[in-house]
Amino acid sequence: MRVMVLVKATEQSEAGEMPSEQLLSEMMAFNEELVKAGVMLAGDGLHPSSAGTRVVFARSERKVIDGPFAETKELLAGYWLWQVKSLDEAIEWVKRVPDPMPGAEAIIEIRPVFEAEDFGEELTPELRAKEQELRQQVEAGQ
Amino acid sequence: MGDVRRTLDGVWRIESARLIAGIARVVRDVGLAEDLAQEAFVAALEQWPESGVPDNPGAWLMATAKHRAIDRLRRAGVHDRKTQELAREIERRGEYENPDLAAAIDDPFDDDLLRLIFTACHPVLSTDARVALTLRLLGGLTTTEIARAFLVPEATVAQRIVRAKRTLSAARVPFEIPERQGLAGRLASVLEVVYLVFNEGYVATVGERWLRPELLEEALRLGRILAELLPAEAEVHGLVALMELQASRARARIGPGGAPVLLLDQDRSRWDWMLVERGLAALERAYRTGDALGPYTLQAAIAACHARARAAEDTDWERIVALYDGLAQLMPSPVVELNRAVAIGMACGPAAALELVDAISEEPELREYHLLPTVRGDLLERLGRKAEARREFQRAAAMTGNMRERAVLLERMVACAPGNGS
Repeated sequence: MRVMVLVKATEQSEAGEMPSEQLLSEMMAFNEELVKAGVMLAGDGLHPSSAGTRVVFARSERKVIDGPFAETKELLAGYWLWQVKSLDEAIEWVKRVPDPMPGAEAIIEIRPVFEAEDFGEELTPELRAKEQELRQQVEAGQ
Repeated sequence: MGDVRRTLDGVWRIESARLIAGIARVVRDVGLAEDLAQEAFVAALEQWPESGVPDNPGAWLMATAKHRAIDRLRRAGVHDRKTQELAREIERRGEYENPDLAAAIDDPFDDDLLRLIFTACHPVLSTDARVALTLRLLGGLTTTEIARAFLVPEATVAQRIVRAKRTLSAARVPFEIPERQGLAGRLASVLEVVYLVFNEGYVATVGERWLRPELLEEALRLGRILAELLPAEAEVHGLVALMELQASRARARIGPGGAPVLLLDQDRSRWDWMLVERGLAALERAYRTGDALGPYTLQAAIAACHARARAAEDTDWERIVALYDGLAQLMPSPVVELNRAVAIGMACGPAAALELVDAISEEPELREYHLLPTVRGDLLERLGRKAEARREFQRAAAMTGNMRERAVLLERMVACAPGNGS
């Protein structure tokens, strides 16, 4: 299974405080370990939300709202994408992550990624075929 | 208790291979090393609910297994001096538990892990035994998990593993990384095991399911680990590239009703483009070693031709034919010839391809191979020789063990019946 591992933002990360050199080198060593274990698929740090933008879908309207955003604890500071055998394995790896926010309470969230088999073996393609059929019917009717 | 079990399962997945490898290097017996690691696991299961989970669970397991190793050797009445030597050796290895050292580039754990891989895939073992032992020792999979993945009874897998361990002991297979001159052959044996696991996950040879993601992921993981352990070996990267590129199409291979969709009919937007990127990057790593292209790298290069084509019509068939020429020289086999014929069929038309297929159709190796009549049927159909095509699809359907594939072949057979289509 794949899991998305989300590092939540803190006030420091939102303030644009860069991680110390020590933390960077610890993180690099940890990432290397992930690669050697065949677990790492992707991962990066994110700029604070002041550099980010939101597009809000409100019916037919698309509102663009520039950062920073207020709800610090719900924001993200970084992510990984891992290939693991189980959620238990992911939890053990997360416990080994060097504390990403020294001096603050860091929260790392693990979210399993939908895989094809989660939809049932046949559901997606079948639905897609149905959708296609419908579309053709609609087009034919026009 | 439930929490401890979960923690332990997670720790086992991460640590077990290194644990077994570390112990095996000291006791010089992979079977004994695995028993000791299992004992440490059981001890943790008993003690951790009381004592709490230690800060460094991996180190705890290693220390416990080592103490048991010394106990075991003492009880077996091994000569005192030898036991002491061993105890010293075990103590000395304690320094490796220092995390700074473990992170050093010259990681002794990596060498142990390589020794374990080469031992589990030793040519003295049958292929089945190598596969079971590798999944058990390197993947940390239980006998039940392996049995379920391969749809064989648990007792069969258990016996394979017991016999494999016994064979390794009896043959006195040393726990070591092969010397330079023996490396290529031994590495081929390792790569074969990994690719076999992958293929069993990718095209299940038996049963109703078309894909077994757990085996696919396990093979990919083993390949990625190997690529880091042996970065100078082109074929390791070649195999990883091949697996990543094939796996990238897994989602697109299943159509409505669970039926398989052939490569050229696949909706390419459903490919996993991250895996495509990873596959192309691994292929690049293989090229960069500067070695001559081996069979896995060549196959990966062929897969890359497909991956680079945005639509099936854009496929560079001339290049694929050239790559198959190279592959046929490297490992001449009727199966490769058959694939080359398919590529020629695309590059130069079905008539030229049919000639090639007919030339190899009597090969004993292809007698039971359902893809021979499948390909013949396809070429005959394209040539408008429907009656002959129909017979070939029927033959192919009777030969395949996969029910999903059989259904597709029977459909094609029906489509070739007189009065059906043009």
